[in-house]
Amino acid sequence: MNFGFSDEQELLRSTARKFFENESPSETVRRLMDTPEGMSPELWAKIAEQGWLGLIVPEAYDGMGLGFVDLTVLMEEMGRAVVPGPYFSTVLLGGLAILEAGNEAQKKEWLPKIAGGARRATLAWMEPTAMLGPAGVTLAAKAAGGGHTLSGTKLFVPDAHTADAIVMAARTGGGVGEDGVSLFLVPRTARGVEVKLLPTMDQTRKLCEVTLTDVTLGPEALLGAPGLGWKPLERVLERACVALCAEMCGGAQKVLDMTVEYAKIRQAFGKPIGSYQGVKHKAADMLVDVENSKSITYYAAWAMDEGSPEGSLAVSMAKAYVSDAYRKVSAAGIQLHGGIGFTWEHDLHLYFKRAKGSEFTFGDATYHRERVAQLVNL
Amino acid sequence: MDFTLTPEQLSFRDEVRSWLKKNLPKDWSTKVQAASDVPREEAYDFLRQWQRKMYEAGFVGLTWPKESGGRGLTFMEEMILQEEMALAKAPPVLNILAVGMAGPTINAYGTEEQKKRYPPKMLSCEEIWCQGYSEPNSGSDLAALQTRAVKDGDHYVINGQKVWTSLAHIADYMMLLARTDPHAPKHKGITYFLLDMHTPGVTVKPLKQITGDAEFNEVYFDNVRIHESQILGGLNNGWAVGLTTLMYERLALGFGLQVRLRIALDGLVDLARRSTKNGTPATKDPVTRQKLAQMWIDTEVFKYTGARAITKLLKGELPGPEASTGKMMWVEGHQRLQELAMELEGPYSQLTKGSRWAVENGLWQYGFLRSRANSIEGGTTEIQRNIIGERVLGLPKG
Repeated sequence: MNFGFSDEQELLRSTARKFFENESPSETVRRLMDTPEGMSPELWAKIAEQGWLGLIVPEAYDGMGLGFVDLTVLMEEMGRAVVPGPYFSTVLLGGLAILEAGNEAQKKEWLPKIAGGARRATLAWMEPTAMLGPAGVTLAAKAAGGGHTLSGTKLFVPDAHTADAIVMAARTGGGVGEDGVSLFLVPRTARGVEVKLLPTMDQTRKLCEVTLTDVTLGPEALLGAPGLGWKPLERVLERACVALCAEMCGGAQKVLDMTVEYAKIRQAFGKPIGSYQGVKHKAADMLVDVENSKSITYYAAWAMDEGSPEGSLAVSMAKAYVSDAYRKVSAAGIQLHGGIGFTWEHDLHLYFKRAKGSEFTFGDATYHRERVAQLVNL
Repeated sequence: MDFTLTPEQLSFRDEVRSWLKKNLPKDWSTKVQAASDVPREEAYDFLRQWQRKMYEAGFVGLTWPKESGGRGLTFMEEMILQEEMALAKAPPVLNILAVGMAGPTINAYGTEEQKKRYPPKMLSCEEIWCQGYSEPNSGSDLAALQTRAVKDGDHYVINGQKVWTSLAHIADYMMLLARTDPHAPKHKGITYFLLDMHTPGVTVKPLKQITGDAEFNEVYFDNVRIHESQILGGLNNGWAVGLTTLMYERLALGFGLQVRLRIALDGLVDLARRSTKNGTPATKDPVTRQKLAQMWIDTEVFKYTGARAITKLLKGELPGPEASTGKMMWVEGHQRLQELAMELEGPYSQLTKGSRWAVENGLWQYGFLRSRANSIEGGTTEIQRNIIGERVLGLPKG
């Protein structure tokens, strides 16, 4: 057993930390989050140059062919720097969906371009009901002339406004179960696709409403076998969920670091506030939350790489734990900073808002606790 | 990152597993469910024999050097052993203060004589050890201890009192901290002694606890004479030696507690499966499911945080921040688990041993009451938070 990172992974961590400190400092994050894109072409090109857009893309498609434990390291660092923009949606949602569900031609067409930074993709699975299971997928895909015609509304679609393609979960069959869910690769510019950028509390995450009105697609748009799209979609969502947990761990660690730093220098009643147990003990609790979040996230990432039968359980344990932990840690960070932590000028709100948005992405703690209960046969 | 076991480790696991299967006393598994703490008095004789049996099979003191009666294995094998014991719901090791704390400290600081004399009998449970640290006026502020040891020829004469001393009533030896230099700063005048509890002048008075049991004690020293050869780690060096013991305590607890929490959780899940809430199975109640799932998650998280610390140990590195959190996590988790057991029993939680209506003969009531000590013993939760705040996060002392 070895529950630690390799030298290569530690190197990736230090490289990534330095990279984002230089390329995505707070001023850059704030500038980018005020733009509709949330990303500049220059930064995107630099991320691509590092090879990170293809980190989990197999070498056969011009990627680095690394695993989820490696990705965890990078995601922690991105979360630490609250990097805005479509990295997550392109790599973990659109890109991964094409990798998991696509045929050889689709993978050859898309993955090298995603890995190289020339194309972006995202995934639209949730609808206005905000249901997480297969029953939440109701967008109709009717067979028409060898292809399909899609109509309906998708919500909370990350970065749809800047994506070249949107992987769309739709229903080709009736019912509300897993059967009948199909995935389609829909060009954003296809006729009948309307994308509306939504104002979000976490401005570093761009979410869209995507409305499809009689969007006609040829047979080549189908991603995977018709009616059998739920399984690959579930695999994508689980993997993305682990990556999100890693990003949350990185953010929580940064909040703890900022808070400890501040508690050492901020004076009250003639002493640093960190010398008071009211502050010290809260900081200790934050550390427990942060370290535990990492432990369960690393385990889930390892379980993904190994194809462990406990994979789904590990994912839900991680998301349940980390959702609560990041929320608590980021709130405690604000509390221990006092008034300055409540200002727009201080960076804490970026983390606090990211924590809240992440909490409800891929299911919150309550949802995942129930899933744990089911998976352990309670 | 790799959670798989080597062929050697797998064969060790099979060795443990098949031994446990053959030797585990059948009736114990129901008795132990809620007893995830220091064992109850009625179990002492049974546990003595159990540890002896485990020792003879080579399963106590795995990481100890061979010359001390151990097997010279790594923490990896220790972890495998603990995991298997949890799966089998095996009884705990009774002489845990010796195996987990006194022994490693003697192996680290002892003379050749001391290393030869004491450790082997700890593993076999021939000699039970207790820890003489806390006093009525020095608990969390341990260095303020007042028990005196005054030199008289080649002996020291001990006078004073210890309190909350677990197992003292059945112990043969004590790790005793006493003040040998009253004029030195408080951390610098303390010496660590290995005291024979059968020496004249040692009086043990059991203290009745909120459980009604008396598993901890007051220990009085009235002109107790102890030979200077019983000093461990040098005169006036007791603070450093004592802290080493506490470090081992946390390490030993880290392994053991994870296992005991898992055993308690399995018991809790069984209890939930047999319980009803408003006429329907408790496991169908959404709120109960949430609480049980959170317990499950926290128990697993505890395990993996421990695994990260062990990985660092195996690599020969010092444990990082993740190692300091174990005690606090165990306390919070275990107390919540016991509260949840009471909640599952509902009105029946009021009934204790002796009533035919008591659930599992009141075992959970005992565990629930006993769990209140968890956040006090072995360093209060407040002290643990100070340690994390100051030594891990580097915050200034108050």
